[in-house]
Amino acid sequence: MKKFLIPLGLFLGLVIFLAVGLNRDPREIPSPLVGKPAPAFSLDTLDANAPKFGPQDMKGKVWMLNVWATWCVACREEHPILVAFSKVNQLPIVGLSYKEVQPQDESAGKKMTPEEKLQFARDRSALWLKRHGNPYVLSAVDLDGRVGIDYGVYGVPETYVIDKEGVIRYKRVGVVTPELLQSTILPLVQKLNAS
Amino acid sequence: MNLQSVFLKWLCVASWLFLSALVPLQAKEAALLAEDPLVEKRLIHISEELRCMVCQNESLASSRAELANDLREEVRKLIREDRSDSQIKEYLVARYGDFVLYKPEVKPLTWVLWFGPFLLLVLAIVGMAYYLRQRQSAQNGRSALSDEDRRKVQEILESGDKP
Repeated sequence: MKKFLIPLGLFLGLVIFLAVGLNRDPREIPSPLVGKPAPAFSLDTLDANAPKFGPQDMKGKVWMLNVWATWCVACREEHPILVAFSKVNQLPIVGLSYKEVQPQDESAGKKMTPEEKLQFARDRSALWLKRHGNPYVLSAVDLDGRVGIDYGVYGVPETYVIDKEGVIRYKRVGVVTPELLQSTILPLVQKLNAS
Repeated sequence: MNLQSVFLKWLCVASWLFLSALVPLQAKEAALLAEDPLVEKRLIHISEELRCMVCQNESLASSRAELANDLREEVRKLIREDRSDSQIKEYLVARYGDFVLYKPEVKPLTWVLWFGPFLLLVLAIVGMAYYLRQRQSAQNGRSALSDEDRRKVQEILESGDKP
């Protein structure tokens, strides 16, 4: 009779499961930080004359934290999108320059001092931002990646939306696309600004 | 011919020099590891159960990714602060989520993960038993030969080789 329908049904079920599973991005992992207060830090910024920056400075504002580096290839793809977005002036974008100085930047046998590293990061980042445009109101410099660990950074670029109370509302690992800005980030920002 | 052997000899010497130049580098790294064998032992023990978020099929212990390096350093620091294994894991889970654990905690959200396979096994056994029983009872009803069949069989057997 219709007995052949049973294995066929099971098979189709398996196909659906696998199709869904294979089309999911294994790098997209729900962050435990969403809904939690943004971890505090106090870091030097790319501007040598500016004071240190911490998330507490943004209290009362809805803002975006974008983790980037000049050596990060995907950031180059993302950057024009952020530059265009910053011109719309929807919300302040703060950069977090993540581990700008890489091991290969130090010549063998000669370690840079922290001051030299900071200078190196500032110089190279400034050049890069001059060339590609600067969407950031400022960029905090996380040289050793310690703040990155607190924010659960594991692939640059990463982007966070933080609300007026300093709570992380959204996290994106990977490139922010114009579609994502339109469909998810902008509505969220509007909602957070209204509240 | 002679030129070739000279060249080979030169190559040998050169590669030996090159390799011996590498040795101090390696020795330096080994020294770093030997700094505190107890810390290293615990580090390896803990990080074998943690996933490297960059190369997701590698443990934190075996990954050569830079982030893994940083995280191992972080775990070392926590070990030196005398934190327990579960505290260290919590520290990482709070930042990277359950995904960093190769053995996720047993909680309602992970029940399907932990018990799903056993549930499937039980279902399979029940299904199999049901199927076998059905088949057997169907055979019991059908396989008995009628008297007519037996008579025919007997006839054929007795008829011997003749077709």
